[in-house]
Amino acid sequence: MSEHLLSLAIWVPIVAGLIVLATGGDSRAGWARVIALLGALLGFLVTIPLYTEFADLHGGMQFVEKMPWIPAFNINYHLGVDGLSMFFVILNAFTTLLVVIAGWEVIEKRVAQYMAAFLIMSGLINGAFAAMDAMLFYVFFEAMLVPLYLIVGVWGGQNRVYAAIKLFLYTLMGSLLLLVTFIYLYFQAGKTFEIAEFQRVALPLAVQGFMMIAFFFAFAVKVPMFPVHTWLPDAHVEAPTGGSMVLAAITLKLGAYGFLRFALPIAPDAAREWGWIIIALSLVAVVYIGLVALVQTDMKKLVAYSSISHMGFVTLGFYMFADGAPTTYGVEGALVQMISHGFVSAAMFFCIGVMYDRVHSRKIADYGGVANTMPKFAAFFLLFAMANSGLPATSGFVGEFMVIIGAVKVNFWYAFAAATTLIFGAAYTLWMYKRVIFGEVANEHVAELKDVNLREFAVLAVLAVTVLGMGLYPQAFTEKMHTSVDTLITQVKHSKLP
Amino acid sequence: MDKPTLYLLIPLLPLFGAIVAGLFGRFVGRAGAHWVTILGVAAACVGSFYVLYDQLNGGEAYNGNVYTWLTVDGIDVSVGFLVDKLTAMMMVVVTFVSLMVHIYTIGYMEEDPGYQRFFSYISLFTFSMLMLVMANNFVQLFFGWEAVGLVSYLLIGFWFKRPTAIFANLKAFLVNRVGDFGFLLGIGLVLAHFGSFYYADVFASAPAMKDATISLFPGVQWSLLSVACILLFIGAMGKSAQFPLHVWLPDSMEGPTPISALIHAATMVTAGIFMVARMSPLFELSDTALNFIMIIGSITALFMGFLGIIQNDIKRVVAYSTLSQLGYMTVALGASAYSVAVFHLMTHAFFKALLFLAAGAVIMAMHHDQDIRRMGGLKKYMPTIYWTSLFGSLALIGTPFLSGFYSKDSIILAVGASQLPAAGWAYFAVLTGVFVTAFYSFRMFFLVFHGEERFGKVDEHHGHDEHHADDDHHHGLAPGEKPHSPGLVVTGPLVALAIPSLVIGFIAIGPMLAGDFFKNVIFVNSEAHPAMEAVIHHAHDALGMGLHAFMTLPFWLALGGVVTAWFFYLKKPSIPAAIQAKTGALNTLLENKYYMDHLYIQGFATFGRKLGKVFWKAGDTVLIDGLIVNGAAKLVGVFAGLVRRVQTGYIYHYAFAMIIGALLLLTWWLGRFLITQ
Repeated sequence: MSEHLLSLAIWVPIVAGLIVLATGGDSRAGWARVIALLGALLGFLVTIPLYTEFADLHGGMQFVEKMPWIPAFNINYHLGVDGLSMFFVILNAFTTLLVVIAGWEVIEKRVAQYMAAFLIMSGLINGAFAAMDAMLFYVFFEAMLVPLYLIVGVWGGQNRVYAAIKLFLYTLMGSLLLLVTFIYLYFQAGKTFEIAEFQRVALPLAVQGFMMIAFFFAFAVKVPMFPVHTWLPDAHVEAPTGGSMVLAAITLKLGAYGFLRFALPIAPDAAREWGWIIIALSLVAVVYIGLVALVQTDMKKLVAYSSISHMGFVTLGFYMFADGAPTTYGVEGALVQMISHGFVSAAMFFCIGVMYDRVHSRKIADYGGVANTMPKFAAFFLLFAMANSGLPATSGFVGEFMVIIGAVKVNFWYAFAAATTLIFGAAYTLWMYKRVIFGEVANEHVAELKDVNLREFAVLAVLAVTVLGMGLYPQAFTEKMHTSVDTLITQVKHSKLP
Repeated sequence: MDKPTLYLLIPLLPLFGAIVAGLFGRFVGRAGAHWVTILGVAAACVGSFYVLYDQLNGGEAYNGNVYTWLTVDGIDVSVGFLVDKLTAMMMVVVTFVSLMVHIYTIGYMEEDPGYQRFFSYISLFTFSMLMLVMANNFVQLFFGWEAVGLVSYLLIGFWFKRPTAIFANLKAFLVNRVGDFGFLLGIGLVLAHFGSFYYADVFASAPAMKDATISLFPGVQWSLLSVACILLFIGAMGKSAQFPLHVWLPDSMEGPTPISALIHAATMVTAGIFMVARMSPLFELSDTALNFIMIIGSITALFMGFLGIIQNDIKRVVAYSTLSQLGYMTVALGASAYSVAVFHLMTHAFFKALLFLAAGAVIMAMHHDQDIRRMGGLKKYMPTIYWTSLFGSLALIGTPFLSGFYSKDSIILAVGASQLPAAGWAYFAVLTGVFVTAFYSFRMFFLVFHGEERFGKVDEHHGHDEHHADDDHHHGLAPGEKPHSPGLVVTGPLVALAIPSLVIGFIAIGPMLAGDFFKNVIFVNSEAHPAMEAVIHHAHDALGMGLHAFMTLPFWLALGGVVTAWFFYLKKPSIPAAIQAKTGALNTLLENKYYMDHLYIQGFATFGRKLGKVFWKAGDTVLIDGLIVNGAAKLVGVFAGLVRRVQTGYIYHYAFAMIIGALLLLTWWLGRFLITQ
């Protein structure tokens, strides 16, 4: 079994999704839920050995599987994970499990299709994280958009079709450039789509520059980076709770992962030359988006903007170079930030979902004094709000801390701009918290609120334990990354100019 | 039990209490919650006393790690403890005051529905504060730093229905975050240049870094240590409420009084003072930073004292007094008299906690009316509170032989002997401050405990309309109702705090200032900064110092303050109003707290929101979405419209286009053929 762990991580959710789909209409919704839960649980369990059996000191790919797929073009079904990607496979399976529970009784129409879409998407995303063949990556990367598009477009809010199309078009533009780049590299690398081979190809600076642009459009949209971020708030606002959780926790990470797997090692000289542009855009994300988040009136939009701001730390961490290479602080900090953001943003969106299910509004102004009627919920929400503000002992602190501390070494002013998140992050999160949770009971909707039920409590408790656990012992995560990050840094350090 | 286990248990027991009372409050009930937290803190307090005893009797300083939190780039960050005499002293102060506050809370929060939650928070605070003072590295210090900030946020907003309380807690958190912003950058600079987070490593290599410079602006070289120390001190300015980041502390009085005593007087707000003293090996190397510290401290000491004079809310008077005293401690730090600052920190913790708890007892007796203009003559109703308050006030104003005298006079001596350029102004500020302190302290004391009984009257401007939202509390005594003296759980802690307020200075000054208590803990470059020499000269002889005081200026200034207060508020109560009427502009300035809140709210908060709105509407909505995204879509639409016209569906149109195309191709091909020929 263990030599096919990655295949299992990909195909268990997809097959489970197809079975769920086969249960058909809503008359058998109960079955659909149970099968989806079992599928998601199994999908999560098969990813656990990826962590427990991971060899920390092995710098390369592990759990490798390889067989020919389209021999005519030398395209292989080639899978493997290293310290850069392993956590995201697990995080993805974990989030899918939470999403199935989160949507349990909340989704009432087309239950089977809803659950199936998430399961299938989960498998596809795992495929993208595990792919070692660029074409395989591309297929998974694009295929994943279809269920996501359906989730927003079918189970979304009133303006869901606009949001879905915006999401689709935005991400499609970058994808086409990505495909062209892959085909170019295929010929340059001697007719292979192996990502490892791509990383070895010598390329003139101008070509690397073009590739950096192509990768930027493909991946920056997903992260999303300023100024290609405007699809995210719309998509979140229209998506159902589960959709927002997956979108924030996983999909954004795929974009950041693309920078790490493709843009940095394939075009390192371009990164040295023009990396400052990415840094500038990342810092704009922290400051500008932080201020934009402050004035949002819709809770989901606020958290969406906060996501963009937090993801700014990720791209900053990747591209802040010292001595011609990324820093350990930057890359590991960015990876930690990606994982932590997966937990925290999923939790934030879930919290908003809990309130939305009861009041059917996301407007901050429609709430006030929720702590009076939902004390348990208020306590959980506070923990996640504090994590979102980067409080030490929560996971939200670790990544930001590492990136800021590392940035001081690179350039004091990078750190200065990035550290403003201490103020902005706390301001927009806690101001929202104050208006929603504290105060007198604001209206009769709030007065009628019931505190979290067992199902919601379970999801919140699991997320709370992970957020605190990662904040108290981040070493459990970083010790698996060290070797792979060192390998990456060495790789980027070497010039690829011919 | 070996020592490391003890060190670990001391913070963990209060944490355990906090978890039980917080998560299982409903199961353990009210009594269960207070027993589990009080026992946890009491055990921590006993342990702390043992640690201090051990340190005083030649115990080795301990520096060890519990577990590795993170390793990055070969650098370890651990959770670990540094236990030396400074830590031991802080542990005793924190756990002792915390224990007193825990006991007092049983009485103060008796009727509150959030009883268990409150005990959980104050125990969590004790844990956080202990982690802060016991840290052996910068990261754990920062953890404790932020954790006490979190608990402070939770406790200021404890009555979360009150609009003022939830405004105050957000304000406190954000202002502290401004300080933390500097603090984190300071930690970053330390790591970048020293390559370690551990105090021991950093302090050991500090002297070698004395002349290191960094260039933050092209062409300008600044001393690395000055920049790093000032950034670290900005953190202290937030936490210890130094001007101009002091604005959160007066508002924090919205929290229940026990936490005002514990967090916003005795312990948390002194974290900044503790931090600078702990880092004396760094600060000692930068005169720039020391001057900066002394100026900030003296501004806080004097100008916050002025504000104490015009407050009418009993808690706010004490709050401004705290600000002013924190300024004194900061001035001492600037004068390189770190041990004096820590000494004042300790004496202040006792008498200020006492004053706050006494104020709380008065508030309870007045049924949560906090206006001192509606008190008076309480002496006969609550004698224990009266006497303990008197001792606390006398200690605060620096009455010879009481604790505050020894610490405050030492500060004045140190500043007087300091050679730094800022010392001249600071000396003036701390001396003037003595008069101001005595005046506002006894103004409050006389208005509360002496004079005519002004409570229980129907009063049209019966204030505190900002508290009307809180239905847990009734306000003010009904006409004819008399105040009651509180029970033993309230008076007990007051008496227990009054004893050290009276005697701790006399006992401790010898070893702490003149002896070798802080040897190898606090580092002073006495050649460059000789201020301590002057203090040591007096501190050898506590009795002599007390007797000598009667011939020095501070004593007469303090006495003058008390007499003036007596004259103004008991003898001729018409004077203050007359002065107030004559000094309109000055009075307005003080009433508006120098307009600092206006500046922050109008200037920063509103501006930030406006800027955010501009970015959102103009940047995201108009420029990116409107112009680029929808513009691109429109462009495609227009282009498609043009192309669509070509596709008319008529065969002869297509045939025509085909012929034209064929002709063009032919011409091009012919042309090329002719040119190449």
